[in-house]
Amino acid sequence: MAGASDTPLVLLHRPPSLDFMDEILSRNFRILNTDTSSEPLPIFLSRHASSARAFVVVGRFFVTAEILSYLPSLQLLVCGSVGFDHVDLAECKRRGVVVTNARNAFSDDVADCAVGLLISVLRRIPAGDRFIRSGDWEKYGEFRLGSKVSGKRVGILGFGSIGSFVAKRLEGFDCVISYNSRSEKPSVPYRYYSDILSLAANNDVLVLCCSLTEQTHHIVNREVMESLGKDGVIINVGRGKLIDEKEMVKCLVDGVIGGAGLDVFENEPAVPEELFGLENVVLSPHSGVATQGSLDNVAEITLANLKAFFSNRPLLSPVQLD
Amino acid sequence: MESIGVLMMCPMNSYLENELEKRFNLLRFWTSPEKSVLLETHRNSIRAVVGNAFVGADAQLINDLPKLEIVSSFSVGLDKIDLGVCKDKGIHVTNTPDVLTEDVADLAIGLILALLRRLCECDRYVRSGKWKQGDFKLTTKFSGKSVGIIGLGRIGTAIAKRAEAFSCPINYYSRTVKPDVAYKYYPTVVDLAKNSDILVVACPLSDETRHIVNRQVMDALGPKGVLINIGRGPHVDEQELVKALTEGRLGGAALDVFEKEPHVPEELFGLENVVLLPHVGSGTVETRNAMADLVVGNLEAHFSGKSLLTPVV
Repeated sequence: MAGASDTPLVLLHRPPSLDFMDEILSRNFRILNTDTSSEPLPIFLSRHASSARAFVVVGRFFVTAEILSYLPSLQLLVCGSVGFDHVDLAECKRRGVVVTNARNAFSDDVADCAVGLLISVLRRIPAGDRFIRSGDWEKYGEFRLGSKVSGKRVGILGFGSIGSFVAKRLEGFDCVISYNSRSEKPSVPYRYYSDILSLAANNDVLVLCCSLTEQTHHIVNREVMESLGKDGVIINVGRGKLIDEKEMVKCLVDGVIGGAGLDVFENEPAVPEELFGLENVVLSPHSGVATQGSLDNVAEITLANLKAFFSNRPLLSPVQLD
Repeated sequence: MESIGVLMMCPMNSYLENELEKRFNLLRFWTSPEKSVLLETHRNSIRAVVGNAFVGADAQLINDLPKLEIVSSFSVGLDKIDLGVCKDKGIHVTNTPDVLTEDVADLAIGLILALLRRLCECDRYVRSGKWKQGDFKLTTKFSGKSVGIIGLGRIGTAIAKRAEAFSCPINYYSRTVKPDVAYKYYPTVVDLAKNSDILVVACPLSDETRHIVNRQVMDALGPKGVLINIGRGPHVDEQELVKALTEGRLGGAALDVFEKEPHVPEELFGLENVVLLPHVGSGTVETRNAMADLVVGNLEAHFSGKSLLTPVV
């Protein structure tokens, strides 16, 4: 464990279940772990963290203006996630705190999860597995047919690292790919739709891969779902609040859309119970990122950003603060 | 053509039944309480048999139908048809290749993802309310894992193409090396299993390939390896598989086919490193309709003296 007084002090906050970076961080820096004290967090920070120039956050901890007020020396906030909707970016900007995220660390796994959910919904994989384990195959024989994946038209919302990784995988299935994002990307070979309504109207499947912002909050609303139609499928590996969840539940129950594969929800871990009885829905407990491979990648980029910061080199994955 | 007797061996698709009924005298084998009586009564009018992956035309059936001219299978697999007897008697055989290739390959990838990422377990976890008590555990990454394919025919090639999009290195075993293929060849299934994280069965079932995945292969695949079977149940020594899984010698299995469908060994029901599907490889509305059109098209071609669409023998 690094103990010299000139080794930089780094504040770390993570739930006990996400301690995968503890060791590697302790080997490189003096770590002040919020886990080591039972004091209320504001008191702990006031007492011990006033000289911390860097703060590593893992998990869904809200970095609010109040929290930032206890960290007068803070210059760098390192998020162990790709999403940063839990950070008060305006306050960071105001205080001159640079924010980094985990960039591509999860992209393979989230893209794999999106495709896995897509195939699972269309081909009814969890329903088929249940059919056998309940003894129904021997009793009833026939299992309802699914829908072909290959050749489907897939509209990707958000064409960052995750969106482009999803597209690459679906090309292997000869899917027809199109996308919508804040602006058209000239280097992207797929068709661009300038708004989500036309994306939904022209596709069989919508895959949500964009970040959650004020503009994208409830971007998938009733109108979009009606546009997608009764055979349409939504796959969400972004954030729960991208979708008007109450409306989506109604649309699924009433057959306004054909099915959904969901890894995220508006109020995790609460999931609308009306979904539990539906066969055309596949549910996942926000585990799109949860493989050892992804965690190793997060640790790697976190460490790299910290080392760069403390040696005055450019950060690897700074986030735009406006 | 309405007097031509077509014997359908088991329920397989109502669209197919309707289309056959419009054109021929359709006899449903499974509705007769006394099957031998049905065969006796209609033995001179039955000129075609329609079978599938579950029930086909064995030597006994063929011998009971002296006017049989053609067996049209609602499947690509031919293991339920006695091809030797058909050849000897000059009976034509057709199947449904190509139209189901994509569906089966899609399902193979779906099974890999469902198994490695525990998608069925995750779905159960959420539906049971357990997520409120804590997060699900870590699962295994698929991208970049090595995929070993037994049989590089139409389906094996389609699986390889899809796995490549996940940056998976592809290995294969087949009876002979394929010269124009960029994937790595292994001369034995055991070698393939030793050098692959994921082993996929995609070859036809024959006497040579029965139990091609045996105990030795499963041990070579090992506690970190997984088996995907979208071929036929008898490709895998099922008893050995159950032991390997329950004893932890094999990392996991995702199976669409079993030795005695619809029976599935109950020891598998309690395992979370297993995904089980009721033989749905070609089970989409789009593909079953295309397969049905091929069956009907082949029969129509035969009975109007035209070339068969997808002949085997």
